[in-house]
Amino acid sequence: MSNGALLEIRALTVHFVLREGLLQRRRAAVQAVNGVSLELAQGEVFGLVGESGCGKTTLGRAVVGLAPVLSGEIRFAGESIIGLTGRPARERARRVQLIFQDPYSSLHPRKTVRDLVGVGLTLHGLAYGYEMDGRVLAVLEEVGLGLDHMYRYAHEFSGGQRQRIALARALILKPELLILDEPTSALDVSVQAQILNLLKELRREFGLTYLFISHNLGVVRYMSQRIGVMYLGNIVEQGATEPLFRAPQHPYTRILLSALPSLDPEAPSQRQVLTGEPPTPIDPPPGCPFAPRCPDAQAICSQETPVLRQHGSDRAHLCACHFPRLADASREGKGPNESMTNRRLS
Amino acid sequence: MKLGRESDLLLEVEDLQVEFPTLRGTVHALQGVTFQLRRRETLGLAGETGCGKSVTALAILRLISPPGRISRGRIRFEGRDLLALSETEMRELRGSQISMILQEPKMALNPVIRVGDQVAETLLIHERSLTRRTATGRAVEMLATLGIPDPPRIARRYPHELSGGMAQRIMIAMMLVTRPKLLIADEPTSALDVTIQAQILELMKALKREIDTALLLITHDLGVMAETCDRVAVMYAGSVVEQGSVATVLKRPQHPYTQGLLRTIPNDVAPDQPLYSIRGLVPSLLQPPTGCAFAPRCDRAMPVCVQAVPPRYALGADHHVACFLHRDRPAVR
Repeated sequence: MSNGALLEIRALTVHFVLREGLLQRRRAAVQAVNGVSLELAQGEVFGLVGESGCGKTTLGRAVVGLAPVLSGEIRFAGESIIGLTGRPARERARRVQLIFQDPYSSLHPRKTVRDLVGVGLTLHGLAYGYEMDGRVLAVLEEVGLGLDHMYRYAHEFSGGQRQRIALARALILKPELLILDEPTSALDVSVQAQILNLLKELRREFGLTYLFISHNLGVVRYMSQRIGVMYLGNIVEQGATEPLFRAPQHPYTRILLSALPSLDPEAPSQRQVLTGEPPTPIDPPPGCPFAPRCPDAQAICSQETPVLRQHGSDRAHLCACHFPRLADASREGKGPNESMTNRRLS
Repeated sequence: MKLGRESDLLLEVEDLQVEFPTLRGTVHALQGVTFQLRRRETLGLAGETGCGKSVTALAILRLISPPGRISRGRIRFEGRDLLALSETEMRELRGSQISMILQEPKMALNPVIRVGDQVAETLLIHERSLTRRTATGRAVEMLATLGIPDPPRIARRYPHELSGGMAQRIMIAMMLVTRPKLLIADEPTSALDVTIQAQILELMKALKREIDTALLLITHDLGVMAETCDRVAVMYAGSVVEQGSVATVLKRPQHPYTQGLLRTIPNDVAPDQPLYSIRGLVPSLLQPPTGCAFAPRCDRAMPVCVQAVPPRYALGADHHVACFLHRDRPAVR
């Protein structure tokens, strides 16, 4: 073990090669994840946010071995887990579980809840028959379901209940790390609240670690202790949740935060609208991935790729930008949000 | 005063009921929906999956597919009873007077026709005197109004060559090119990323100032609603439970469901506090509960709530709440 992190990702790169023609020549590569590094401490919730196509899902899938890793390293509990086969692969599969976004397509329609939830136990040779039934029931109760749900089929359940079944299926194997890929995006807000509360309870109870992937900034803020913002396969900003939300350093993070519609109809809009379309991750140009759309971009941005590093006084707050906005170094000595409030009042 | 307001009304939906017979029984999708929409106004229709928002939109356009049917109620558009029109008259109205934008723009566009031609086609259908050339010209103009860069070039593209945000702009262009009096938008930004959603919302706000169209905006996202709407109607299990100005409904909600819905959103909730969640599940529309549909989940339910359906009580000139907690207020018919 290097430093006690449960999950350690170093310079991870995942490319999907596009081939074409009779000879299947390499035409281009979708650079889904481009040298991402992050660490998750035991018991932590790390939120990964970004828009469609930024690579957040691919990153999560790479951890469970579902994406082709080109280079870099993924270490779980100190050991490399890339390209495992046989027994170590099965053991990794038990300890790291992935929860999918859509509970309507992730559950087999012709199996009962007992079979859906208990299948992991059989596959890993942990329990069979009556013993399995007992364990299934116990875990169903943990997620707020019970005996009368055990012999029913997935289609008989609502979206929220299905997501509970998916959680039970993962938890029955006593995993240490849960990768939650948009676990509430397919649900209505009132149900979303129930699932988020359940996830928090389960984490406390079982000492779980979450990699929480979502495009919903409100949800990520509520769930996570630390956050990484992804853009075009790169983490552009990373830090503890509250400092990052209060004083975002990267221009993309600022735009993302200002894009959230406010619930207060009387609040004046301070929105920065992003121009242009998100570029494709197919052979992206050199330099900062955000440069073509960035309001603060200068000549250097399209030539030199900025590194993710500390800029302000907060050691945990990292940003990959040549011109980060630093709250503590701004002229009035105030964060951008505070100075905006003052302007409105005067 | 009454007369003055009446002429200002564009759309009146009154006690609308829609049902779908199924093998397992009749689904009562709408159970007496009532609301009004004034000219140039934006009304938001809010609510969760299955509450009847989209069915309401389809009913206004009379696009409920059989065996589903409108079993009761009235829909009046500029004083005309839409339910009494012939199918030919109705077809005349759709697209020229009332248009609709759908959630998934790429599914709504024809994949094998250039987008500019699709926008022009709408014009050609409704204004037969136009030549194809003028129609195409006006289509390109419309794209320019919507802030699409290099409109002549984009007009020659096919839908698959456009991003989601661009495709949604094309849809909006297609629906607005005939200058309809009412535009119905069903979750227009739900399939888009937040930064693209922000672009479309800014665009819709700018359009609202410029052109003479009323907007019925259907969304489950209350933030989107706060930004774009003048008034809001909140639906639950096939009925409107609360309606009023956007500021009143979102800042001082009076129906327990609206209050609960607003509290479930994880905005500015301290991470160590549990999120508020409404207990229980949405009732089945096969056998809707007698009385208030929300009563089984309501923390403040009283004996009367399970016995009778609450009428709409007027809390202000333009704030109606269907809840017995307000029975000391005058009921509206």
